Amino acid sequence: MTGQVLAAIIGTVAFSVLYSVPRAYYPHCGFIGGAGWLVYCLLIPHTTAPEATFFAAILVVLLSRMSAVWERCPVTIFLISGIFPLVPGGGVYWTAYYIVTNQMELAARTGFMAVKVAVAIVLGIVLVFQLPQKVFHMGKTRNKERKL
Amino acid sequence: MEDEREVMEAAMEAGHILLENGAEIFRVEETISRICKHYGITSSNAFVLSNGIFATSGNAAEESFAKVQHIPVSGSHLNRVAAVNQLSREIEENRYTIAEVKERLAQIRTMPGKSRHMLILASGVGSGAFCYLYGGSLIDCLAAFLTGLIVYLFVLFVSAPYLSKMVSGIAGGAVATMACMMLYHLGIGRHLNQMIIGSIIPLVPGVAFTNAIRDIADENYIAGSVRMLDAMLVFFGIAMGVGFVLTILQRLTGGAML
Repeated sequence: MTGQVLAAIIGTVAFSVLYSVPRAYYPHCGFIGGAGWLVYCLLIPHTTAPEATFFAAILVVLLSRMSAVWERCPVTIFLISGIFPLVPGGGVYWTAYYIVTNQMELAARTGFMAVKVAVAIVLGIVLVFQLPQKVFHMGKTRNKERKL
Repeated sequence: MEDEREVMEAAMEAGHILLENGAEIFRVEETISRICKHYGITSSNAFVLSNGIFATSGNAAEESFAKVQHIPVSGSHLNRVAAVNQLSREIEENRYTIAEVKERLAQIRTMPGKSRHMLILASGVGSGAFCYLYGGSLIDCLAAFLTGLIVYLFVLFVSAPYLSKMVSGIAGGAVATMACMMLYHLGIGRHLNQMIIGSIIPLVPGVAFTNAIRDIADENYIAGSVRMLDAMLVFFGIAMGVGFVLTILQRLTGGAML
């Protein structure tokens, strides 16, 4: 588990480099990506992949919005690399693999699973962005309210 | 009024930089209107699509201005998005004249991203890490690291300058798979599937996908669905590229490899 989370942190930071995130925010990105994957790992023995992804995505988006308010910079910076470990890249691969090897039933199953996981991410993002910005300003000196 | 024109030009330039580098639609619209309001233009209106900005201003008191800008989607330099955001905050704190704003925008425009070496290295490290996440062993990670480097070299020197998005997805997926096959045959790496998954991850259109969701959630349906289509095409392209190479190999080896 430790290794998994560590890999998620390293992977997330690597992707924030790839997207030219300012260097000062690498620690935030790594932390968010690692936290999301930790939740996923903790839940996956008890739930299905879409459910685990949903809760992990909620945490990732919450943490991203908090960091955006604390650091006063766009939430995109934290969100994009933090959500990366949850994106069903593996699912896309296995679907292609099963189609090529003519195992259509498995292909359909993994393909649908990848779509379900993607929908779980979408739901997580959409729900958390419905929370008003005020919630995230708590405990922070308020300047003009502004969507981040 | 020369002044109003200057303000509108500067606001559009700020919007241009944001849109080009992977900001959400509402951020572009909001930044444009904030800059205009701050410098006293009340009649401004901006309509932003995923690849263009239409802005007008003008009423009885203010002179009319209209401009359309086509903005092809290019790379995502999130540092530029952060810089424009910071600039827009500082403008509201009354720190700049409009001439200074223009100067700052020109600086941000040419703000350097990471060097090519750094990007290639990051791609390798990302591939290695994700290979581990998907269940690869350490030696598989090493292989994925190497193929991640190769994939990004290909992206930087072939895909980005010459190929369309869809084709770069296909070609990138194919290159990643071939590189993995080669290393696998050389005895580096034991789990071919995990290696391939790791090495295709840098190709995944994360910015387009995340922004598409957020734009659709913000009810910017046109921009959101264009970005979603963009992301989906690249996803399918990668899967096709991988599938294509796997099929050929299966034919050549009679399925033994898979």
